[in-house]
Amino acid sequence: MKNLVVKIILLLIACVLVNGKSFKSGYDIGDIVADFKLKNVDGKNVSLADFETGKGVILIFDCNTCPYSKAYNDRIISLDKKYSSQGFPVIAINANDPEVSPGDSFTEMVEHAKKNKYSFPYLIDETQSVAKAFGATNTPHVFVLVRNEQTFKVAYIGAIDNNVRDASSADKKYVENAVDELLQKKPVTTSKTKAIGCSIKWKNS
Amino acid sequence: MIKITALFFLVTTSAFAQQEIDVVKFNTIQKLLDDKSASIQIINFWATWCAPCVKELPLIEAINEQASQEGVKVTLISLDFADKIDKVKNFVKLKKIKSTVVLLDDIDYNSWIDKVDKDWSGAIPATLLLNTKTGKRKFIEKELVDGELESLIKEIKE
Repeated sequence: MKNLVVKIILLLIACVLVNGKSFKSGYDIGDIVADFKLKNVDGKNVSLADFETGKGVILIFDCNTCPYSKAYNDRIISLDKKYSSQGFPVIAINANDPEVSPGDSFTEMVEHAKKNKYSFPYLIDETQSVAKAFGATNTPHVFVLVRNEQTFKVAYIGAIDNNVRDASSADKKYVENAVDELLQKKPVTTSKTKAIGCSIKWKNS
Repeated sequence: MIKITALFFLVTTSAFAQQEIDVVKFNTIQKLLDDKSASIQIINFWATWCAPCVKELPLIEAINEQASQEGVKVTLISLDFADKIDKVKNFVKLKKIKSTVVLLDDIDYNSWIDKVDKDWSGAIPATLLLNTKTGKRKFIEKELVDGELESLIKEIKE
């Protein structure tokens, strides 16, 4: 009898461990995202609710300093140029802790947006709560959101394309393909990819 | 003439001291993952531009120092862009890194990232520990802290 109790307890512990391991934080494809309010480089706050007239949003966790972000900078600008008129503007969010990564301070962000002539919001996620809610890990890390009335649903998570080093050699343009399919009201063929990148610089807890 | 000889000597000796760094595709890494010549493998993904990676390297180097007699094989896989190979070479020389270093030049990440570990989001530093005899593995996608590798090795040996 005692043996059985021990066995049951062990089984329960094992279940907890298994569940603990399979639990992943952040949004998955199809999830409705919670709105946020973050400060833009122009000093004004920006929310998803501000984009209620569009078809969706190309949300990118990005930063000033990461070599991958630098390599993709022109492509992010082009994404906004190409898709904002079609109802899918870019919103960039920087969640890096400036204490860990001084080049990502708000002042540096303002400078970066000005220098690169950003045509889209570049928001600071000071508390890192938005990056955590999304489950963003890298920069750049893209979440394509599609609007359904007042809510935004995740339609694509991952990399911009399959060649960080050379835009012209990229033969799988994940984000463009996803947005093109959404514009045609088609399901997204490749809705999830991974990308090597710089990890988001979390606050030292 | 003496000056030239001295210079020649200096250049050749420093060249000898420098570790050769192979630029490889993922198939070479796959062979490494399947390699059972050492009982424990530690494979670390890093880059010279990645500050937490650079910070944890001494911990991995320390393991490598005592590794060979314990059957542990350490490989540092640089994800620097291939055109930055000289930067990697200089870094390895400057920091006197003795672990084997290769540069993985396989830019289509989604073609191979899951083959390293399905749970890998793609951020670095990332470290894989493999027990080549039992198949037991540990994958750490964050900066290692002092003493962590030692306990991970112990865990994986069990």
